[in-house]
Amino acid sequence: MHKIILKDIPDLHKIYVYESNGGYSALKKALTKMTPESVTDEVKHSSLRGRGGACFPTGLKWTFMPKSNDKPKYLCCNGDESEPGSFKDREIFEKNPHQFIEGTLIACYAMGINTAYVYIRGEYYKWINLLQMALDDSYKKGYVGKNILGTNFSADIYIHRGAGAYICGEESALMNSIEGKRGYPRVKPPFPAANGVWGNPTTINNIETLANVPEIINNGWEWFSKIGAPKHPGTLLYGVSGHVNKPGVYELESGTPLMTIINDYCGGMLDGKEIKMIIPGGTSMPPLTKEESLTIKMDDASLKAIGSAIGTAGIIVMNEDTDLVKVLIRIAQFYYHESCGQCTPCREGTGWMLKVLKRIDEGNGREEDLDMLINIAENIEGNTICALGDAAAWPVKWTIRKFRKEFEAKIKKEKIEIPVLNKVHALRKSIV
Amino acid sequence: MFDENELKKIEELKRHYPQGKAVLLPVLWMIQEKYGWISTDSMKFAGDLLGIPYEHILGVVSFYTMFNEHPVGKYNLQVCTNVACMLRGGYELFKYISDKLGINNKETTSDGMFTIEEVECLGSCATAPMMQVNNKEYYENLTTEKIDDLIKDFQNNHKLT
Repeated sequence: MHKIILKDIPDLHKIYVYESNGGYSALKKALTKMTPESVTDEVKHSSLRGRGGACFPTGLKWTFMPKSNDKPKYLCCNGDESEPGSFKDREIFEKNPHQFIEGTLIACYAMGINTAYVYIRGEYYKWINLLQMALDDSYKKGYVGKNILGTNFSADIYIHRGAGAYICGEESALMNSIEGKRGYPRVKPPFPAANGVWGNPTTINNIETLANVPEIINNGWEWFSKIGAPKHPGTLLYGVSGHVNKPGVYELESGTPLMTIINDYCGGMLDGKEIKMIIPGGTSMPPLTKEESLTIKMDDASLKAIGSAIGTAGIIVMNEDTDLVKVLIRIAQFYYHESCGQCTPCREGTGWMLKVLKRIDEGNGREEDLDMLINIAENIEGNTICALGDAAAWPVKWTIRKFRKEFEAKIKKEKIEIPVLNKVHALRKSIV
Repeated sequence: MFDENELKKIEELKRHYPQGKAVLLPVLWMIQEKYGWISTDSMKFAGDLLGIPYEHILGVVSFYTMFNEHPVGKYNLQVCTNVACMLRGGYELFKYISDKLGINNKETTSDGMFTIEEVECLGSCATAPMMQVNNKEYYENLTTEKIDDLIKDFQNNHKLT
């Protein structure tokens, strides 16, 4: 399989290795042989979709930016990567930072932008330093900065370090955070393309999305659009964690069957256990049952067809011994902690969901609790400024709907064949 | 609070943004890196330096979980217990360290050496269980043996990179 981003080339993070493998040739091609419009068209025709979770067509997003230059325009590269189960962008910063930098520059050229901010979560201290080193090298070589490659085009790229807030991955909260404010999502409209950072036209793209751009420019949209699932083409960086033998990030075609990823790449289930539940794209995505997991293909359309979504392609695998009530409590606790508190349904609802779930786990659940939890979730969903409300509601609603028996068993205090806490291989004394 | 070089660095950082006030997060990071936490005095100092009201800065510091509003131990052990880590022993790891050091969540040992903190997903799900120390280094695929060694290392004044 052809890899687009995490190529099997040793030391690709070094600029001379990147250059000797065709690096920065797409930038040169775009700047010297293409107009900004034709670059945008190329990306648009490739059907590249955003890799941050929403799968929005990237080229289309770029066309929302105004053509005029009467206000400065900005690109924000979203490396907040805080959705539990997602750990793919750090691989790009570590293994192929220049391809991301090159993609960012091409995007800037296409939209007439001279300043890009790379927003990286504060915890990624190591990866911020790695990207900064790569950035320093490309500044030295004249790929970033004034009059890039001797053309009239200039663009600066700055890294902005977050400070621990999941919500800053939401595009308008991210912009507030860059402005030095609390990371509160903004009411939309106005949309960022009209009114973004400091009130200027802004586009926000995910790191992986931008890293795809150089190869699209080099190989053409037709080549890209033929890889993987037709409506969601290209490769995806599947991040697999939980109960598999070899967790990790695997770059594979979109639409790869989930079981192929688990069996052929992740070495199968840990200790040969059965699957109980799989979260397909970070904790906010509706989970899959074992039956659904056996046949599902990992792309936007396939997952939507069964009521879930690809999200960030962060796959969390849980085996038969997993206590789903405890898992859902942990997920609910996360969204309760991360709710910014602006909207009442999310601020209050996440807290109530957590309380009721804990009550069930402690053996004090009531018969009406499960319907009440779904009711709370449905009253959060769609009633908040940003998508965190939905992200908090979906796992609660869908885990209960799909695994209701397990929750009922705890309420009825039936003897159930699941351990109190998953300890199958937890914290071994040493790695065998 | 800041020496000449640091003030120069702030001026340089200001040039990254069209409005100088955007430099607040980087400046708060500089304060925390230097002093380990962000005190009321340092918030007031940053406010005067950047022309931002203290109330705004307090709002920002209290919003972001990585900014310490109180002093923490020399080694702040930040253990992830979110789902992916939980499935691979994140809670047991937390409990092991907590028992070993005799402190609960967000507490500091009496000698000021260690703080333990339960944190949200650190984007290290394939190498669970794991922890971060002082908002910097990641320690991954942890076992009880590795924890024993690390804590011994820290007690012997291990320098963080």
